[in-house]
Amino acid sequence: MSVTVLIPGALRKLTNDSPTLECTGANIAEVIDALDRSCPGIKARLCGENGELRRFVNFYVNSEDIRFLQGRETQLHDGDEVSIVPAIAGG
Amino acid sequence: MTQVSVRSTSTLKGLRCRECGEAYPAEARHVCEFCFGPLEAVYDYDAIRALTTRESIAAGPHSIWRYRNFLPVTGEQVIDVGTGMTPLIRSHRLARQLGLKALYIKNDAVNAPSLSFKDRVVSVALTRARELGFTTVSCASTGNLANSTAAIAAQAGLECYIFIPSDLEAGKVLGTLVYGPQVMAVEGNYDQVNRLCSEVADRHGWGFVNINLRPYYSEGSKTLGFEVAEQLGWQLPDHVVAPIASGSLFTKIHKGFQELIKVGLVEDKPVRMSGAQATGCSPVSQAFREGRDFISPVKPSTIAKSIAIGNPADGVYAIDLARKTNGNIEDVSDAEIIEGIKLLAQTEGIFTETAGGTTIAVLKKLCEQGKIRPDETTVVYITGNGLKTQEAISPYVGEPLHIDASLESFERALERSRTLERLEWQQTSV
Repeated sequence: MSVTVLIPGALRKLTNDSPTLECTGANIAEVIDALDRSCPGIKARLCGENGELRRFVNFYVNSEDIRFLQGRETQLHDGDEVSIVPAIAGG
Repeated sequence: MTQVSVRSTSTLKGLRCRECGEAYPAEARHVCEFCFGPLEAVYDYDAIRALTTRESIAAGPHSIWRYRNFLPVTGEQVIDVGTGMTPLIRSHRLARQLGLKALYIKNDAVNAPSLSFKDRVVSVALTRARELGFTTVSCASTGNLANSTAAIAAQAGLECYIFIPSDLEAGKVLGTLVYGPQVMAVEGNYDQVNRLCSEVADRHGWGFVNINLRPYYSEGSKTLGFEVAEQLGWQLPDHVVAPIASGSLFTKIHKGFQELIKVGLVEDKPVRMSGAQATGCSPVSQAFREGRDFISPVKPSTIAKSIAIGNPADGVYAIDLARKTNGNIEDVSDAEIIEGIKLLAQTEGIFTETAGGTTIAVLKKLCEQGKIRPDETTVVYITGNGLKTQEAISPYVGEPLHIDASLESFERALERSRTLERLEWQQTSV
């Protein structure tokens, strides 16, 4: 599946300052691996040593938090928008 | 970018990742590039200790800026709109009802300029925004932050864009619009607004008080700790009850206490930290109850919109703090929140919004459960004003008696109201 990934400011040193990347993958886990192939090192920023997503990283598919979907196994469709967003304070 | 003169006595050293410790300069950034952890301000505590005494604080302005040595700003000019130094009230009637001997209410429902604790964090964030050269500021908000950012940006002459969920209370929308910012009402809940703003912040060069200025913004809440200590005669309380939304306020009150200990302004002693959530949005209290150290996000459904954050950024730190200090985190239903608002109003004459109703209801619950000892010096934090959330309470406060402008009409109504009161009393006593 071909999806668009929105890259947060904190990761753009790894994407040559590009705010979006086109990527292919059937689910989030595959997208993270694909990102790491085009931007080596990005996976280590997103996932801890155990391979799980770090606790301050949020992934959204078309505006829905993947923790309300199937987490890293969330299935993707052509044209989906995947955003990576750091945790935010406020109120 | 405007150049702001830097104070020779600035105590701010930089930023540091709270998770991995990576150091960063004191710029507009909030996330660690290596682990996504939140960045926090780092200070030179030796310098603070050398510069600060109880007397120097007392001689400072009657606002949060009397504690400026503890705040993450470097310039000569701060934005001082009289924020802070709100009343700390010794409670008598509520305390008696709850069976507490030393209960105090920190009343930020009357904070200036916009009647919530958010004036503290925004005063700091916009001061720092100006120092960093921003001319446009923005925020994602559940209402109070919107009011405060719009008000203080107007006073400081900064351009302002506000993002809110589209279903906010009318008072909070009007109380933002009046200051003249551009307001975007986003179809979605606060967590969705926040995600959008995070993307906007990356695209436009704006200073978002709760995003790229967050390390500065969040430090403003420490003043809630400083003021209570000073108002108690430079002593720390035994127990604090405060609301938890993102968890930032809750953790920063405690950080304020710790900093006072660190520089020798108060004696070291343990302070129990207890947090309050609405059951309809209680990811932190659920995790606390279940013994988890991670947060499962929820979709909010509660009248307490100002604290309806389903994906709280500092939730894990709030849980950690409550456990470490032998405190608790509890949640209460919407009905209990309304009762909490009325209880505070009818015992102490303070009209708080739904977040305050939540906090009072949790205070009551903790007392009933025996989790606050009667002799503990307890401070409950009221963080917002009831006039902003009238929809939540209006069906539950009764109606005025409509009478003609004649003594006869008045006497008839008086008799009727006394009869009704008697009936009510008889019903409740059965």
